[in-house]
Amino acid sequence: MSSPRGGDKERGRDGERQIHVLAVDDSPVDRAVIAKLLRSSKYRVTAVDSVKKALELLGTEPNVNMIITDYSMPEMTGYELLKRVKESPTLREIPVVIMSSENDPDKINRCLEEGAEDFLLKPVRPSDVSRLCGRMRS
Amino acid sequence: MELHKLRRVYIEFAEIVFRDGFLDNQYTQLQQLQDESEPKFVLQVGTLFLEDSEKLLNELRSILDQQDVDFEKLDAFVRKLTGSSASIGAKRVKDVCMTFHDCCKKGSKEGCRKCLQQLAAEYRLVKRKLETLFKLETQILAAGGSVPLLSQ
Repeated sequence: MSSPRGGDKERGRDGERQIHVLAVDDSPVDRAVIAKLLRSSKYRVTAVDSVKKALELLGTEPNVNMIITDYSMPEMTGYELLKRVKESPTLREIPVVIMSSENDPDKINRCLEEGAEDFLLKPVRPSDVSRLCGRMRS
Repeated sequence: MELHKLRRVYIEFAEIVFRDGFLDNQYTQLQQLQDESEPKFVLQVGTLFLEDSEKLLNELRSILDQQDVDFEKLDAFVRKLTGSSASIGAKRVKDVCMTFHDCCKKGSKEGCRKCLQQLAAEYRLVKRKLETLFKLETQILAAGGSVPLLSQ
């Protein structure tokens, strides 16, 4: 029996329900690093290289507890993904975290105003991921 | 070479690499993430970085070879390389990327060309350093040892 959106978690090896994080970044290096950081915190991770693939996955796999996305990507940006998620009645409760290598206050404010949970500057550190722990969709 | 000598060579080499600014503490952060579930994580990410950087440099060259340079497109690729070099800890590459970004914003073709030359040179240097580190790491692991954690 599934819980309300975002509330269902796969079970880890010890039977504990695992939090599922969707990571979106077109850089293979950054994708590998963020996925490893999240796995080290015992999260289940799905990493994709585009917003298009992220939206496809969100359409078929509802059990995502957090989305963490790069801001600057070709075709659709992380900001556009954020807007799509927050405009969707089925997705809007999922917290969205934006990552960027640019410390641009206008960009940061725009994301936070659009409902981003947090904005992380790359390189993302383990302490950044720890900070997100209490803000996953339960 | 026996294990303790390998470890010493590795540490001495790495000290120089860090001292000269080729790598920064982000590389150590990646080493600390490496565990039994992904024992070759740093090697894998480093290899991804080298492959991805080659592609990005080719893209930058191709854009700058055009008569009318699309500075926005150029900057997008520079930002990608800024991000990935920061993620691996390739500090000198990242620093050149920041200057390159400024030249893109100014729309300076000549400035961008110089940055690309510098970027290619820094990339070649860090590539050699990383390949040497990876080779030593592999030898240490093959000899039954653990890779020493590095620091700036």
